[in-house]
This record gives sequence, C-alpha cells and structure tokens, in this order.
Amino acid sequence: MNLKKLVAAVGCASIALIAAQNVQAAGKVEVLHWWTSGGEAKALNVLKDDLQKKGITWEDMPVAGGGGEAAMTVLRARVASGNPPTAAQMLGFDIQDWGAQGVVANLNDVAREENWDNVIPAAIQRFSKYDGKWIAAPVNVHSTNWIWANKKIFDELGLTPPTDFDGMVKALDKIKAAGYIPLAHGGQAWQDATLFDSVVMTTGGPEFYQKALIDLDQDALKSDTMKQVFERMRILRSYVDDNFSGRDWNLASAMVIDGKAGMQIMGDWAKGEFLNAGKKPNEDFLCFRFPGTQGTVTFNSDQFVMFKVGDDRAEAQKELAKAILSPTFQSAFNVVKGSVPARTDVSDAAFDACGKKGMADLKEAADKGTLLGSMAHGHAAPAAVKNAMYDVITAHFNSDMSAEEAVKQLAGAVAGAQ
Amino acid sequence: MQNYQRDWLQRMLPRLALSPSLAVILVFVYGFIVYTSYLSFTNSKMFASTDLIGLENYVRLFNLPNWHLALKNLGIFGGLYILICVCLGLFLAILLDQKIRGEGLIRPVYLYPMAVSFIVTGTAWKWFLDPSIGLEHVMHLWGWDSFTFRWIKETNTAIYCVVIAAVWQSSGFVMAMFLAGLRGIDNEVLKAAQVDGASPYHMYRRIVIPMLRPVFLSAFVVLAHMAIKSYDLIIALTNGGPGRATELPATFMYSYTFTRNQMGVGAASAVIMLMTVAAIIVPYLYSELRERQHERN
Repeated sequence: MNLKKLVAAVGCASIALIAAQNVQAAGKVEVLHWWTSGGEAKALNVLKDDLQKKGITWEDMPVAGGGGEAAMTVLRARVASGNPPTAAQMLGFDIQDWGAQGVVANLNDVAREENWDNVIPAAIQRFSKYDGKWIAAPVNVHSTNWIWANKKIFDELGLTPPTDFDGMVKALDKIKAAGYIPLAHGGQAWQDATLFDSVVMTTGGPEFYQKALIDLDQDALKSDTMKQVFERMRILRSYVDDNFSGRDWNLASAMVIDGKAGMQIMGDWAKGEFLNAGKKPNEDFLCFRFPGTQGTVTFNSDQFVMFKVGDDRAEAQKELAKAILSPTFQSAFNVVKGSVPARTDVSDAAFDACGKKGMADLKEAADKGTLLGSMAHGHAAPAAVKNAMYDVITAHFNSDMSAEEAVKQLAGAVAGAQ
Repeated sequence: MQNYQRDWLQRMLPRLALSPSLAVILVFVYGFIVYTSYLSFTNSKMFASTDLIGLENYVRLFNLPNWHLALKNLGIFGGLYILICVCLGLFLAILLDQKIRGEGLIRPVYLYPMAVSFIVTGTAWKWFLDPSIGLEHVMHLWGWDSFTFRWIKETNTAIYCVVIAAVWQSSGFVMAMFLAGLRGIDNEVLKAAQVDGASPYHMYRRIVIPMLRPVFLSAFVVLAHMAIKSYDLIIALTNGGPGRATELPATFMYSYTFTRNQMGVGAASAVIMLMTVAAIIVPYLYSELRERQHERN
C-alpha cells in the first residue's frame, strides 16, 4: 500500500517537473557553438542581451576546440538522441550535409520578412540554403586572402604593399636582406592550405580557382598553372624561418606584432591579435589583399544552423534567426570578431580601416561574381576532398617534393576522395 | 528450506553484484565493437548509414597512401619503442638489483614518468625538442654554437622524437616489471652457479634472463598494445606533422571518422587495429589460461 502511494507521488512529482520545464522552455534558445575565446564570447553577449530584451532566455552550450570538431561530435550525438539544440554554429559543407539529413528547420518565412535573399551574397546563400529552403543564418564573412604586415619594417625599408607575385618576392627579399624573418608562418596543414588559397587565386585568377578547387576539374588540377602554383608555394617556403613547423597561427601573428617578421598571410581573424596587442591599423600594421588577388575574395562564413524543434521553441528560434541577421548585431559582432557582416547593406561606420576595406572588397567581389569559397576553410570542396588536398599541400610544403609530383598527387588524391 | 535459500543467496550474491558492470561492459565495449565492424561494411560518411557495400571500405583503406604511411610509422615507432623499452628496462632493473643503497629513492624516480599522462609527456617533450626554445637553444646559450638537434622539425626524423618521448614515459614501468621478475628468482640457483665459477655476465645471460621469459612476454604485450593505440602522445607532440610525417593508425582513424566525414573508412581502420591487437593478445591469454589449467591438473 505504502509502495503504491510512493509510486503515485513520484509519478505526480515528475509530471509536475516536466510541465514546469515546458513552461520555462517557451522562450528559450539553446545554442551550440565553439566561440569560447574572450573576444568571440564578448561578441556573442551582444546577441544574448538582444534576445533577453525580447524575453528569450539564452542557454549557452559552448564546446571548446577551435575548429569545431568536438562541437560537431557533440551535435551528432544530440541529434541522434532526438534532442537537438535550437541552433548550432557550423561551416560550409557541413551545413549541406545536415540539410540532407532532414533534421533542420525551414526559415523561409523569416527570410522573406527580412529580405535575406537580396542582402546576402549568393555565394554565401549557396551554403545557407538547402534545396531552396533557408536553413541557416550566416553570422559573418571571413576572408583568407589577406596579408598582415609590420608597418615599421615596411617604412624602414621603403616598401609599399606589392600588387603582384613578383613584387611580393622582391619585398620578401628586401625584408630578408634587412635581417628580419620575411614571412611569419605556422606549419600546420590548414595554414599551409591558407597560403595555397591565395597562391592559386593570384596564379590562375578566379576562373581557374573555381575550376580547380570548387568544380574539382581534373584538367585544371593537372594543368601547368597548378604546377606553377606549387612552384610558387616552394618560393614562399624559402621565406619562412627554420622553426615554423607546428607553430600556432597566433604565435606567427605575434612575430609580426613584435617586429621580428615582416608579414603574415592569414585570414582576417588575425586582426584580433593585432588589436588585442594594442596595435592600430595603418599606424602599426598594414592590411592588404594578397598581391594579385585584389578584387577577389576567398571567404569562409560562420553560420547558425537551425534545427527542427518543438512548436514550443519554434517562436524563439525565429527570433534568434532574426536577431542574428539584424544590422545592429552584424555590425557589433563583426567589429569584435575581425570579420565583416554577412549582409552587404550594413553601415561600416563602426569598423576600423581594415574592416571598412574588407566590407568594400566583399561588396565588389559579390557584385563581380568573384566571391569564392576558401578551399582551406571548407567552403570550396567537401571535407573528404579538402583533407585530401591538405595532405598533398602540406606534404609538398614540408619536404622537397617536386611540383610535378605534387600536381600528380593532388589530382589523384582529389579523385580518390570524391 | 531456510538453509537452502540462504545458501542460494550466498552463491548468487557476488554474481548479482557484478551483473550491472558486466551488462555495461557487454553493451559499451563488445556491443560497440560489433557496431563498428558493421559500420565498416556500410557507406557511412558523416552519419552512420545502413547501406551495406561489402568490403569496399577496406579496399579504399588499403589504397590510401595515408594509411600506408600510418602503418609504416607504426612499424618504426612500435618496433623501436618496444625494443628500447625492454632493453633499457632490463638494464635498469639489473643495475637496481645489485642491492645498492638508496634503491627506494631511485626506483620511484624512474617510475614517475608513468604517472604523467601522455598529453603532458608530449607537450613537455615538444618544448624540450623544439630548436628555438629547447635543447638546441640552451646549448647555444651555453656557448656550443655548432650544436644542432632539429629532429622534430624534419619530416624524416620526427617519428624518432615520438619514440624518445614514449620510451621516457614507459621504460620505468618495464623496469619495475623486470625488477619484480628478478626478485622472484631463487637465490639458490645463483649461488650454485657462483660455486661453479660462472662470471656475472654468464650468470645473467645463461640463467637469469632465460628465467625472465614470462616477464618479457608480459612487457611485450603491454607495450605492443600501447604502441598500436598511441594517439594522445602524437597529438600533443607533433599533431601528426611536419606535414603528415607522424601519422599513426589511431590518428588516421580519428581524422577519417570525425573530421573527414568518411566514417566507413575510419571504422575499417579501427577494425584492422582491433585485429592487430587481438593477434597479439589472444595467443597470450590462451597460453596464460592453459598454464593455469596445467597447474590445476
């Protein structure tokens, strides 16, 4: 008898608990992301506060790990167990893969209301939409074809930002002759690939880039142009210091900041390192496009993918999507992050010189159709192909492999991974 | 009747107490081994799928240059790691066994590296071997300018750095195993040998070391499976670099399963690794169990 009462009591209590949880969840978004570092976390707070004003609680689910691999693993487990988060941070082709799984929400109403189709560049929409449906809200656009240079060294040697690859080599020679490390670089596969993005673009132009790295056209991959790309990678290799292998990218940035090295080829997240060190654009450091790639932008874009959630959470999810693409948030977040807004109609008033340039370049490239996904950062080819390319690029950069051999291996690796 | 019940309870109690953990092991170890094997026959990419494609993943796996590199590295790393650990461990154990003073102090000193995790070992050795801050840098500071030690930065030698760090970590443990073995040897035998005029060298070569055969076997089994599943040390020490020079099967399996969205190929490599470990462990267990049977009969 007593036992029966106990069971009944426990049953009632748990029903009450579930009900209470549902009441709380009415205005709740749960967001999975890997923005755990100081500046990024600060930027996210803008979004949190914005939603809190609308009465929506933000439940943070940070999973540390720069590339988001750990976050993806957590996400897979959560979706498999039927308990997806409201939204999850994601990059490039992963978004499409999740779209194919049929577990994502459809944001078309919000997109129509907010005019997303007309303000977000088509190259980015290609990732945000699956099968004609908006499934993700882009937060920012990073681009990889940047060079960050120490202005003091440039002034001392009377250098100006070069405009083509040969000019770049001349500048690097001058820096070397003056006793500085010409190129600050960290020998990790993804960093080697970041150089590769720019070298392909400057050597073959946007059409070749599209053919070789996005369409994965075998003829383009085996072409003489690609051979020249690898020869140029070898040239750049001769300008890095002896201890480059395994160095993290932010330590390479520090070498430029401290005046040990002349320049670094890196995406615009490097700007954050310069700003955190108290450096000012065009006073302490220069930001310019990789020589010969002005007018094109190789991008990667962080997006929040929205998952199918119960009706009780759908409303809050829509508000979240709206808030992510609101011009105020786009501006506030990207000022902190070093990237540029994912929509081209945001005012650049709050941005520094590099940010303003980035926004102008993005608009120009989007209009000209030269806004192309970065191979190094998973916006040109799916993960399997991207990593197969990494293997060849990093093996070539870190050994004395000939350019012919590298071309042959690259074409083979891409074919094998498709 | 009462008695019978109590006896039954007494017999069943240990089994009842152990059954939850047994069930957990069955599901989470053996269940998932079966599941991984199943996945290796499917075309799983980013998500697990149920389309069976036969042995295709294994064919792809053995056509991948990366996998061959990982196997070659495992051969170099595993071979040297086991060999050096056993030799060094035996050598240290024999020295410690000479009834020296301060043995109680020296033994833990050699054993302590075992207490740090491979992540810590990897990170510490990464700094120590780095030419710009580690050994080479210190030597230059002390005025030995021609000293170079750049193994960790060179594609062809980086794998030997992994060996150095792993040996530092494990040889003390092997030493402890051999020391226990040496302590178990009957002194009478050694005395008899001494009376017969055997030199210390011969005594060790002809009597002591052959008597340590079971310890050799245990050391080999422990070290071999550690070598095959080495993952954290590589990640901390070289992260598979320079280039892909220090890729091992375990890092290969992780990257293909979780970062390259080729779960099928990753699962196939995991199965191959399991088979390799099983090929070492199963005969060992079999011989161990058979010996026990002998003792009983």
